[in-house]
Amino acid sequence: MTESVSSFPVIFNLTPILPLLPFAAFVLIVLWANRSKKLSAGLAIGGIGLAWILGWAIAITTFSVEHFGEHPFRVFRDWLPTGRTWQAFGFALDPLAGAMLIMVPFVCFLIFVYAVGYMGVGKPESANDERGKPAEPGHVDRLASRFFAYIALFATGMIGLILADNLIMLLVFWEIMGLCSYLLIGFWFARSYDDPKQITPKEAGLKAFLTTRIGDTLMLAGMLLLYARTNSLSFADIFKPEMLEQLATTTVNLPGVGATPWATLIAILIFFGAIGKSAQFPLHVWLPDAMEGPTPVSALIHAATMVSAGVYLVIRTYPLMAAVEHGPALQFIAFTGAFTALFAATIALAQNDIKKVLAYSTISQLGYMFAALGIGAYVAATFHLLTHAFFKALLFLGSGSVIHGMEHGHHHGHQGHGEAGKLVDWETGGHGHQSTDHPSTNLPSFDPQDMRNMGGLFRKMPRTAWTFIIGGLALSGFPIVTAGFWSKDEILADAWAHNQLVFVVLAVAALLTAFYTARQIVMTFFGQPRTAAAEHASEHDSIFQWMTIPLMALAVFAVAGGWVGIPKEFPGLGALSANPFHHYIGSLAEALHIEAAELPFNAVPLLTSLGVALGGLTLGWLVYRGAGKLRAGHHLASPPEYVDPLARPLGPLYPVLQNKYYFDELYHKVFIKGTQRLSTWLFKFDSNIIDDTLVDGVGKAGRWLSEVGRWFDTHIVDGAVNGIGAVTGWFGSVMREFQTGKAQNYLLVGLVTVSVLLGAFLLLPK
Amino acid sequence: MQHVMFFLFAIITLGAAIMVVTTRNLLRSALWLILVFFGIAGIFVLLNAEFLAVVQILVYVGAIATLIIFAVMLTRQVMDPKQPRFNDQARVVAGFATLLFVVLAVIVTRVAWPVAIGAAPVDAIQQLGMDFVGPYAVPFEVASVLLVVAMIGAIIIAREHE
Amino acid sequence: MVPLWYYLVLAAALFCIGAFGALARKNAVGVLMGVELMLNAVNINLVAFWRYTTAAQLTGQLFAVFVITVAAAEAAVGLALFIAIYRQRNTVNVEEFDTMKG
Repeated sequence: MTESVSSFPVIFNLTPILPLLPFAAFVLIVLWANRSKKLSAGLAIGGIGLAWILGWAIAITTFSVEHFGEHPFRVFRDWLPTGRTWQAFGFALDPLAGAMLIMVPFVCFLIFVYAVGYMGVGKPESANDERGKPAEPGHVDRLASRFFAYIALFATGMIGLILADNLIMLLVFWEIMGLCSYLLIGFWFARSYDDPKQITPKEAGLKAFLTTRIGDTLMLAGMLLLYARTNSLSFADIFKPEMLEQLATTTVNLPGVGATPWATLIAILIFFGAIGKSAQFPLHVWLPDAMEGPTPVSALIHAATMVSAGVYLVIRTYPLMAAVEHGPALQFIAFTGAFTALFAATIALAQNDIKKVLAYSTISQLGYMFAALGIGAYVAATFHLLTHAFFKALLFLGSGSVIHGMEHGHHHGHQGHGEAGKLVDWETGGHGHQSTDHPSTNLPSFDPQDMRNMGGLFRKMPRTAWTFIIGGLALSGFPIVTAGFWSKDEILADAWAHNQLVFVVLAVAALLTAFYTARQIVMTFFGQPRTAAAEHASEHDSIFQWMTIPLMALAVFAVAGGWVGIPKEFPGLGALSANPFHHYIGSLAEALHIEAAELPFNAVPLLTSLGVALGGLTLGWLVYRGAGKLRAGHHLASPPEYVDPLARPLGPLYPVLQNKYYFDELYHKVFIKGTQRLSTWLFKFDSNIIDDTLVDGVGKAGRWLSEVGRWFDTHIVDGAVNGIGAVTGWFGSVMREFQTGKAQNYLLVGLVTVSVLLGAFLLLPK
Repeated sequence: MQHVMFFLFAIITLGAAIMVVTTRNLLRSALWLILVFFGIAGIFVLLNAEFLAVVQILVYVGAIATLIIFAVMLTRQVMDPKQPRFNDQARVVAGFATLLFVVLAVIVTRVAWPVAIGAAPVDAIQQLGMDFVGPYAVPFEVASVLLVVAMIGAIIIAREHE
Repeated sequence: MVPLWYYLVLAAALFCIGAFGALARKNAVGVLMGVELMLNAVNINLVAFWRYTTAAQLTGQLFAVFVITVAAAEAAVGLALFIAIYRQRNTVNVEEFDTMKG
């Protein structure tokens, strides 16, 4: 064990235990407790609960360590020999990790508690349920133990990632999360839909995994280049000023671009990893489909862990990103982020699925953070990452509660009111984006996630409604009281000071955010119930106790979380605040030579953020207040009957937004179809050209020749014919044996490849 | 002298290796294999790795080759001496294996290896022992676990199932 | 001393002979013998590089010991597998082990 400085509080030595706690829960569930769902849930909650308490204890201790930013706590051991250097297995604790430790284990803990209710732990199993499909309302999921094992591993990945001391460790935990996201999004792997176009959980998991893989591969390339240049992947080594200086001044000639500093190339490659993980344009397509996973997973992925990991990566490697001051790397990050923020916000305007609205909102808010990083707002981006995690987890869990409430209402409506059931007896075809969180096998298909089916839930589910509205207000940046206001305001202020184009884009995105949030809240909770399910929705079942308590805890943080970051120069309130957050993260920024001074107060961004938040909310309220009005006691005949007030003014643009700018279709046509076509073509090439024409053709020619030969002169031609026959036979057997199932054939392919590639390497000019 | 010894061992090793892969009778193949192992042990001695040479003979000749001979004898009935030795891709394999050898040989002779011949440590065995319980303790323990697992696995797999 | 590349060429030759045995032998035990030859070729490389570059540290020898260990484990499991397959299918012809066939 090597420790850089030993004058740290003793409790810091427990840092490496943090990721081990949920990991221990994972191992215990898999190996021992999986028969008992209650025990599995208890282990997972116990593991993350201890991590939460210990994490907070450590993080709070860090607040009082002097000069913590300059001297982070590190504990590591040489692990992987790589030539003359060693890769270390180690953890580091600095203000950034400390701030994340406040958020990650706590939010994970609340999500785990919520999952107990959501997965119905403690309820009986239903005989109708199959493994890998959602349980009927009021029953426990058959694979609940497995679920808790997966989410415990997921939490391990995230906690390990924030504490990673070097890029290798970071990559390891990053990939653990990638694996878990695949497993969890596809958790209901046996589920299938009537509409073949609708993506199934299995496909969604695969899509998430493969899409993020594109980014991961580029990121790995970046890491390898970085290692080649610096001989180290440890953050402490890479971020030495002289190392950054060297990376920024030495250049590489890229074809088509010209001389580029190594730092820029590496930064952009690593940023691609973040693009994939944080679902930024153009790799954003996986995230909305990730909603196919159970709702606690959505909250876990979208708030506390997976997508935050991308932003965290950029924050962590920020010195590298900013090695070339105002260089193309930062500009690329800023514009990708700003574009995504606006782009995703426009899509969210036209979504009817309660979780998809939130999914696009997440993409948009992550874009916000990247834009902030790109313009140099290091502290503001970190702040927004934390506040966003709280209120977005709140919103997702709230939406899960709404969905469960709707299902219970639907179930109840069918059991007690035979006629009411007929009113919702429609097909959910048509738009191809409905997805049911819990379809009941014996009930007519009904989408409990479609906001058009809701309305008036405020009176039916008051606890969910209040907390959801608080989360929504925080997301829109409702002034002064909510956390979202302070973090967003800080980003806007930074944008105003550094890049006014980004400022305008972000302001418009913020306006749209407030607008679609108001739309969502009005459609879900206000007005009158539009279906029998909404009429009978309730939150009285015992599972809602598990589900609403985390909601309330998160609501508190969605409000109070922002108070730690009130700028000192803010009129009135600033005097009360010391802006501890800025002070804390700022100390790290200073140590890394990042410009992070508090900006002087400026009225323009403040008034803008006030204006867009309040304006968007009011506008949303006004537009959607009267939409979808029905006569008392009547219900919608089908969701499309609800006419969105935006549909007419936006005209042809509306379906474009609703279909997410047709990106899924485009990618499907270009990449998936392309690959399929290529493989079909190769198959045809194999069977037609090689097998039929070449092999058979040569064979036929050989036979024909041999007949001719025999007819002319048996003795002379015989040898030649035999030769051709042998060649043909050999060729045919080689071709055919590619798919024999015999290991030796497959290994032969390896031998051929290696020898040919090495030979080519030898012959090609250097 | 070194040259002579090297070529002697190299010829023994390679000649025996060719016999291993071409001999029809597997039992004889296994005996040729033992000769290969001895040849390599000789090469190790030339390289001042005496400990490894001993390990080579102990483990390979004493254990692995014996194991192989046992396996050959246990499955003897099916080893029809008239059966072809090779599968039908043998010619292709031979071609590409030769190609690979030529390529590798050209590469290893062309590259300027950063050779720095120092004296081999006198107390190499002692140092090896210290390394195994020192910096390489974890891999060492993992290797022993691997061996135990392999042993148990082999017993379970090869056991008669009643 | 003999130049380093002598050893490397020897190892390359042994490796290719082993590869031929592993890929062309019909008998499973023959395949395993080919694999053993390949592993030994690797060991020659490890030890030769150790001797010619970093003679003071014993890293190369250490790795060779690990390779031998893994080879022993592999041989034990591999032969056990052949015996199990032989019991079931009464053959040790690799070409008949084609349950992977698509």
